[in-house]
Amino acid sequence: MWEPFLPSLIILLPLLGFAVNGALALSAARKSADAVRAGGEFDFFENGRPATHSLPTWVGPGVVLGAFLLTLVNFIGMLGADLHEPVIRSYWSWISIGEDPFSGNRLDVAAAIQLDQLSMIMMMIITGVGLLIHVFSVGYMQDDPGYPRYFAYLNLFIFFMLVLVMGASYPIMFIGWEGVGLCSYLLIGFWFSDEAKASAGKKAFIVNRIGDLGFLLAIFLLYLVFQRVDFAGVFGDAEAVFVYGGPVITTVTLFFLIAATGKSAQIPLYIWLPDAMAGPTPVSALIHAATMVTAGVYLVARSSVLFALAPLTSAMVAGIGVLTALFAATIALKQNDIKKVLAYSTISQLGYMFLGVGVGAYTAGIFHLMTHAFFKALLFLGAGAVIHSMHHALHHTKKDWDAQDMRNMGGLKAYMPYTWITMWLATVAIVGIWPFAGFFSKDEIIWMTAAMAGAEQAPYAGLYTVYWILALAAAMLTAFYMARLMFLTFHGENRTGSREAEHLHEAPRTMWIPLVILAALSVFGGWINVSTDLRESILGGFGWLPMGEWLHSWLEPVTEAAHRVQETNLGELAQVSPLGGGEWEWGLISFVAALAVVLTTLRFLGRSKVTVAVEDAEPTGFARILYNKWYVDEFYHRWVVDPVLTTSRFLWRIVDTKIIDGTVNLVGNGTRALGWVVSLFQTGQVNTYAFVLTVGVLVLLSMVVF
Amino acid sequence: MTEVLFFIFAAVALGGAVGVVMSPSPVASLLFMVTTLASTAGIFVLLEAHFLAAVQIMVYAGAIMVLFLFVIMLLNLGHEYQRDTRGIVAMIIGFAVTGGMGGLLAWQLGSGTSGLETNLGPGDAIDAALREHGAVGAIARPLFTEYVVPFELTGILLLVAIVGALVLAKKAS
Amino acid sequence: MLAESLVVAGLIFVIGTLGVIVRRNVIIMFLCIELQLNAVNLTFVAFSRFVGIEGQIFVFFVIAVAAAEAAVGLAIIISIFRHYETVDVNNFNLLKW
Repeated sequence: MWEPFLPSLIILLPLLGFAVNGALALSAARKSADAVRAGGEFDFFENGRPATHSLPTWVGPGVVLGAFLLTLVNFIGMLGADLHEPVIRSYWSWISIGEDPFSGNRLDVAAAIQLDQLSMIMMMIITGVGLLIHVFSVGYMQDDPGYPRYFAYLNLFIFFMLVLVMGASYPIMFIGWEGVGLCSYLLIGFWFSDEAKASAGKKAFIVNRIGDLGFLLAIFLLYLVFQRVDFAGVFGDAEAVFVYGGPVITTVTLFFLIAATGKSAQIPLYIWLPDAMAGPTPVSALIHAATMVTAGVYLVARSSVLFALAPLTSAMVAGIGVLTALFAATIALKQNDIKKVLAYSTISQLGYMFLGVGVGAYTAGIFHLMTHAFFKALLFLGAGAVIHSMHHALHHTKKDWDAQDMRNMGGLKAYMPYTWITMWLATVAIVGIWPFAGFFSKDEIIWMTAAMAGAEQAPYAGLYTVYWILALAAAMLTAFYMARLMFLTFHGENRTGSREAEHLHEAPRTMWIPLVILAALSVFGGWINVSTDLRESILGGFGWLPMGEWLHSWLEPVTEAAHRVQETNLGELAQVSPLGGGEWEWGLISFVAALAVVLTTLRFLGRSKVTVAVEDAEPTGFARILYNKWYVDEFYHRWVVDPVLTTSRFLWRIVDTKIIDGTVNLVGNGTRALGWVVSLFQTGQVNTYAFVLTVGVLVLLSMVVF
Repeated sequence: MTEVLFFIFAAVALGGAVGVVMSPSPVASLLFMVTTLASTAGIFVLLEAHFLAAVQIMVYAGAIMVLFLFVIMLLNLGHEYQRDTRGIVAMIIGFAVTGGMGGLLAWQLGSGTSGLETNLGPGDAIDAALREHGAVGAIARPLFTEYVVPFELTGILLLVAIVGALVLAKKAS
Repeated sequence: MLAESLVVAGLIFVIGTLGVIVRRNVIIMFLCIELQLNAVNLTFVAFSRFVGIEGQIFVFFVIAVAAAEAAVGLAIIISIFRHYETVDVNNFNLLKW
């Protein structure tokens, strides 16, 4: 039996980092507040480098490095052990509610963590990519006075994300779920003195909350069915208890779907993610690309057996995924802010992951999650480097241009070669060019959609065929907008201005080294999960390249229950797509098509003229709709936000002030009135009192007599 | 014979009481009060409380009422003959309350006294004492033996009352 | 005799109560209180024939106390009169806060 090595420390180290950095942030804040109150200015930058910076620089990335090393040790250990059951370490009894007098139910939830293949993969991604982003942040956030606070929040986020993936029961996972939502709010609104940024943080948290309701309802339903909410209990009995496609399991999974759409930014709750770009770019890389937004996908993958038992919900998951993928891709086509393009790209890729886990290809979904973490983090960090450089340049000449607008960039490849190369590697990965990572992961998802469409007893064959075609279309759009992004930023001539261009420079080492590491992962990371069919074809070098189906077999113990359900109910999967052709043929087709789109875009853009942001005209026609994000935010504002505000205002002014306060005041006033009535007896006149005395005597006499 | 006397005395007492309440002049009220007290003393005699009858006349009618009269004279109230009863409302309420009380008492007395004389036995509890020690002795003997403490305390009470009355009635100097 | 005496005493008492409520002159109010005491005395004496000499002894004490009380009460009335120049009880409202 494999013994994990100090698993609790993996979680506790980031928490310790949060405590240390947080204490430092509080003391720094107090010092600056005291200084300002005393009338002086607090100079953060004594001797060029603020005193508050040295400790977080080592503690922040340091604890994550520690967590990563521990995870690595455990990972290697798990590789060796042939694990079929998850290893659960329970530390204390968190919730213990005794017998309910009516139903005899108990609720016991232990503070326990679960180590199995799926959680291990997620932990590696979180700590690994998280470490690289922490290191990047050291360089990126150098000039920011909130440096220790930033690392405190970032460490806290890692802590909560680890709790989410390592939890052994749904409530523990929910703690992590809520916690990452909280950290997302704190980090998006990091520069909270800017009201727009603070509002973005609020929006993220509130929209997430809607999803959290779904999560809670699902937990309650599961408790009703099982009287337990830990994974071992629920998944163990799921196949026996639930009817395939029955109403209960469909409702439970539907609630989980709501939760996942909130956290993973799918239709209809994706609106917070583009606004979340208001936060620092490494935050966007970590939270809104690599980890937090993948929590929804993790949820579905973890509950794979439940989703396998509910084909209707799974079809909805897949449908929402592919629609979001296409929808977000269309919006990305017309955005000018580099981070917004990447944000919509993230939403789109998350849609792919949802498609994957929706059609039942849980391994494929997790695989794409992993490769996406690599190349999306790389893209965001690269964009961060670009923005960093643009800021410096524009700051030097005090030019009032938007540093994030791609129309103000151009030709940056001459100034930032490392960034340029690594971002291109990420781009080809995301677009799905062989042999880079994204090709294999995206291709597997698309292929599994087709395979499920043609399964023997496929419940929604026609629908899945439509999904398959839409997924292919979205892939083409991905190629288009990514190529556009790269071209506008790095190619052509520089539009920033000649005086500014002197100050454009490559990012410092702490910033480009993580980029290189991520690039390497984007290149080779996909080779760990190549299906046999592909491997033996031209795309696998006819078996010569060191690729394998490792991830699939690695995750098998986790997904075997779901696969069992699928085999029983869906029968054999198809070997050819609905339009004919096997896996490797279609892989080749999509690769070639993507490549063609990229080259055509570069060529087409190379011929057109790009104007700088301040001089550019407003887009018209269909482009205008895309530029304005299909007016979804405005729609929500009119139909959801405003009615809620109006109702709240009504409740405040009328119900609360008049009715509730009025009732309370009525009690007070009534008492006063009663007192006034009684005071009439107190005339002060002796005869009144004599009279009352007499009446009293009469009453007493009556009492004695009767 | 005693019955007749009793009724005469009772009627006079009640008439006097009504007169106290109804008469407009304070002095007249006072004189009606004296009448009532005298009649009650007569009833006391009929009830074989001779000593008390004498005490009632001497102390109550003789001293207390005279005191009242002195005060009325002092305050110069004897001249007014205007009505000094309170308004009609008070009259109605007063009649109601007292009517109630009266009815209650009547009812109780009516139902309670039917078997009273038989239950209480013959009215001769004090006959022996009266025969042996006489009217005064019958009261004096227990007063100075069993009840000597209340007796002495009453003396002190009277002293306190005198002093208090003196203090209160003095002109503020 | 007992029953009749009790009836008479009760009636005198009730008339005294009426007087207390109805009259405005405070001295007459006081007088009516004395009426009530008188009625009670009558009751005691009526019962003492059946119960024992204690009834009469109690009446003795009641008369003594009534005397004391009359003295003090009238002294109070005199001092009030000095303040108000009237004995109309409707004017005595100092007990009101």
